[in-house]
Amino acid sequence: MRPNGRMVLQAEGKRTMAILLIAEHDNKSLSEQTAKALSAASKIGPDIDVLVAGKGAQAAADAAAKLAGVRKVLLAESDALAEQLAEPMADLVVSLADGYDTFVAPATTTGKNVMPRVAALLDVMQISDVVDVIDAKTYRRPIYAGNAIQTVESTDAKRVLTIRTATFQAAGEGGSAAVESANAPADAGLSSFVENRIAESDRPELTSARIIISGGRALGSAEKFQEVILPVADKLGAAVGASRAAVDAGYAPNDWQVGQTGKVVAPDLYIACGISGAIQHLAGMKDSKVIVAINKDEEAPIFQVADYGLVADLFDVLPELEKAL
Amino acid sequence: MRMKVLVPVKRVIDANVKPRVKADGSGVELANVKMAMNPFCEIAVEEAIRMKEAGTVEEIVVVSIGPEKAQETLRTALAMGADRAILVKTDDTVEPLDVAKILKSVVDEEKPQIVILGKQAIDDDANQTGQMLAALLGWSQGTFASKVEIAGGKARVTREVDGGLQVVELKLPAIVTTDLRLNEPRYASLPNIMKAKKKPLDAKAPGDYGVTVKPRLKVLKTEEPAGRKAGVKVGSVAELVDKLKNEAGVL
Repeated sequence: MRPNGRMVLQAEGKRTMAILLIAEHDNKSLSEQTAKALSAASKIGPDIDVLVAGKGAQAAADAAAKLAGVRKVLLAESDALAEQLAEPMADLVVSLADGYDTFVAPATTTGKNVMPRVAALLDVMQISDVVDVIDAKTYRRPIYAGNAIQTVESTDAKRVLTIRTATFQAAGEGGSAAVESANAPADAGLSSFVENRIAESDRPELTSARIIISGGRALGSAEKFQEVILPVADKLGAAVGASRAAVDAGYAPNDWQVGQTGKVVAPDLYIACGISGAIQHLAGMKDSKVIVAINKDEEAPIFQVADYGLVADLFDVLPELEKAL
Repeated sequence: MRMKVLVPVKRVIDANVKPRVKADGSGVELANVKMAMNPFCEIAVEEAIRMKEAGTVEEIVVVSIGPEKAQETLRTALAMGADRAILVKTDDTVEPLDVAKILKSVVDEEKPQIVILGKQAIDDDANQTGQMLAALLGWSQGTFASKVEIAGGKARVTREVDGGLQVVELKLPAIVTTDLRLNEPRYASLPNIMKAKKKPLDAKAPGDYGVTVKPRLKVLKTEEPAGRKAGVKVGSVAELVDKLKNEAGVL
């Protein structure tokens, strides 16, 4: 039986159907997360369609059509899809499922909300937070807050994946895919959108920033956090992050949290200020290219992952750093 | 009408214990390791108790799918304030899809108006079960909740999303999954721990709910993540800036 194993695999390979990538966007523009998830998808197979579901989302669809490696863009628009709530989104994806054997979304809060619902409706076990594509059925993903990496092989006929985008480069532009419209199924009316409370900021977004400066509990108060961290962030054009301890203490808002239960980031430069380096936090930033740790406690575990460590009081060092930049 | 709420809970390695990968790559060491209720499940139990204290909930049923020892996790939930427990006993690995199928049958039997689950378990970090259960039941879902308000046959859920917060209104019955800042779970008092021993706990098996547990994902390997080596200590801000500019090239 074994000698034929390879032949069988090749025959299966030829039957491989297309991949549907569910775009991350806000109707007006396409998130870079989509381009990163596209890179992961292109390691699975060549035929990748992008689904842009929303309302008044032509601009996001046009942006998706320009990404290199996209076969076509499906644009589905309706009132129910405007905020990409999980119930109508999952119904839409399932209505398109016949033409695809792999469904991919970035592991954002939208992807995490929608994709397991899709998987259950397709009777498929989802593979969450993919960090590496081995082949069309085999993937690597972190478990236990990144303390272990598991390699899993799907035995399902179709695969549903969310992609940990921090580990993939964004696909470039250069494509010119057609944009087709797709019909949105009738809304079941299970849930309705009330409002978004999205913090407006001129700073770069955490998940796509090139530089991040993060503060921990050592900052001591929300006022001190603002006073010491923000000027350096502005000087560097950096996004601002925080440890869970700082967020729980109320020094920084929820959406700044970097870590296992917050955002997972991998910037070129990550500056951790007054952060001890709990496993929880390391899980969210240890893939950064260069890590700087500034901490008074030279025994702090953050120094074990830092490329450059400065044992000093952050209240002395950060104003000095701001001047030196 | 006062509601019935179902809260599924999972027994996992205690959040304060650093997990160790087995030398043969077959998984994570669970023998002789301190176990506890998944922290997100504790938040779910606490939320149900607060709803009962506020008078919107009449009965809290907790359910766990796992080995005999998962009874301890259920007793913890009962000691916190849940009324009744169901243990669906199995020693097999149960993936979120099978968990959701078993829970669907439990829901069909118990008929709760709301199911509150942790958004993810800190062992497999899958973040799937609540959404899958909502799909199988055809119910609405409010995931990653930081606030839940019940009024007029609806649940208004404030969700933690990447850019900030999103508020949605769900038709009941509904699924809610908890995020960290929904509440701070209480500790069970000694008298309540004693009382919990007398609260009813039903033992069942997956077969009682018509589910045959069968993993869809083959785990080929479990390994330690690639480590990061500690770098150098610098003596001053000037030295740091110089290294970042001229050595690392990131400034």
